[in-house]
Amino acid sequence: MSETKRETLPLKTSNDVVLARQRVRQWATELRFTLVDQTKLVTAASELARNTLDHGHGGSVTVEQLVQGPRVGLRLTFEDQGPGIPDLEMALKDGFTTGNGMGLGLGGSKRLVNEFAIESAPGKGTRVTVIRWK
Amino acid sequence: MSDLAEIIARNEGQIRSEWIRDMSQTVLRTDLISKSELEEQCNTLLKSVMAGARSGAPTDVTTSGWSPAREFLEGISSSRARQGFSPTEVATFVLSLKRPLFAAARREMGTTPDKLFEVVWTATELLDRLALLTTEAYIATREELIVRQQQELLELSTPVVKLWEGILALPIIGTLDSARTQVVMENLLQSVVSTNSKYAIIDITGVPTVDTLVAQHLLKTITAARLMGAECIISGVRPQIAQTIVHLGINLEDVTTRAKMSDAFALALQMSGRTVVRQAASAAGSKGVLAGPLAKQEA
Amino acid sequence: MERIPVLRMGSLLLITIQVDMHDKLALQLQDDVTSRIAEWGSTGVLIDISSLEIVDSFIGRMLANIAAMSRVLGAETIVVGMQPAVAITLVELGMSLPGVRTALSVEAGMELLYGAGAGFRTGSDDERDEA
Repeated sequence: MSETKRETLPLKTSNDVVLARQRVRQWATELRFTLVDQTKLVTAASELARNTLDHGHGGSVTVEQLVQGPRVGLRLTFEDQGPGIPDLEMALKDGFTTGNGMGLGLGGSKRLVNEFAIESAPGKGTRVTVIRWK
Repeated sequence: MSDLAEIIARNEGQIRSEWIRDMSQTVLRTDLISKSELEEQCNTLLKSVMAGARSGAPTDVTTSGWSPAREFLEGISSSRARQGFSPTEVATFVLSLKRPLFAAARREMGTTPDKLFEVVWTATELLDRLALLTTEAYIATREELIVRQQQELLELSTPVVKLWEGILALPIIGTLDSARTQVVMENLLQSVVSTNSKYAIIDITGVPTVDTLVAQHLLKTITAARLMGAECIISGVRPQIAQTIVHLGINLEDVTTRAKMSDAFALALQMSGRTVVRQAASAAGSKGVLAGPLAKQEA
Repeated sequence: MERIPVLRMGSLLLITIQVDMHDKLALQLQDDVTSRIAEWGSTGVLIDISSLEIVDSFIGRMLANIAAMSRVLGAETIVVGMQPAVAITLVELGMSLPGVRTALSVEAGMELLYGAGAGFRTGSDDERDEA
């Protein structure tokens, strides 16, 4: 698997979340993702960026274009040095949210992407990596 | 090993004309490619092979010194795949360079068999790799074509029909897997917006089995439509399907279903505030066809 | 600071969201809607999201909150113009926006609020102005 272009964006303010969304949208458009796939990816990016900001006390997101043989994809890596998630299993579980939970949006985001990986521990920060293939 | 590069450089003209002559006799497709185009391609390939052979890695075609050659070959393989060349024809383009190349090598190194062997071996290794590259590129292009055709087939097989102002029907024929559901859902929702239809009848008469997965797919579609402000009615539920649904414990509480599409249509008309009125028999029938409803309106 | 404009049409509040909202803007909108309902005695709120290409859980919650708060203040909220890609994504995300009524267009939304052929009512303006 070879990687080509990448870009790292800060996630320190709520405006950064908007900017990150827009950048991911631009990347996805350049790679000619379908509209629905774009929407899913950008929405997941928005959820995870917000998590990084709100729960992770700010961090960054790295956008990378992936090429694996004939298929092309986008990988987003959200990182923060925040308090970490104590109970990962709990955080990933969500019933279909009623819309007013403080849900971390992780379970939902997982369904919007093709590959999802998370590393987090109290005091060690959090890293969430997601991939959407074209 | 720059011997190969030098041999090509010194014999370029002869190698090229022998190569083209050899190809014409076997694999030139004059119906698909003109002679001058072919000559140009031979020229380009020879030059890029020379450049690659001179680069740091004379036979490792994955290195950067070989990218012009790689890109060129991938490009022509792709276009030939689309044009209708066979994979053999495409690979032969590269492989038929062997004979003229070996002939040139023998002319130059015939008296030193060890060196001759080295050069011939390098050349054959190189050309084999380049030929394989063309085959890979060819296959990739064909696969892309197949995927695109599959996509088109998917889209064609779920037409959306406008039954009435604000009422759409979506007859689904065949199995409903997740790939198909995506297409069906997108088609339906897009039509709902473009026709401003509040009601959509999804007819599943043509869906052979409904298991938990299919039900989930249908439910997603219905939920999405509802989120947008449209209502879905499922019709064409056969008795066996009804039994399966109950046995599997699938919850269809929030879903309106009907056995026949006509029932669903009647319901949609009613929900949209319309009534179908049958005109009195005497008014229509006694005056005959030309005087009844088919007659032109009188001023 | 920029705000999303809240327009008044008789007893109806019309909000068209056309920008990619950051969180503060969304919260400001929630505040503005509730203030206006209280101030003008509006009975209907129409939120047009036909320009929104992304609705994530935060925006979804904002919409649900506006609907809930408006209802407490005596107004009904309809969200109109949701794009198909957005609907599909919300379903996948697991957001069902409970308590939020939706319609395909502004016209359909007004019909839901005020009945068929309603246009918008101006009668109640006079009464309110004297209060």
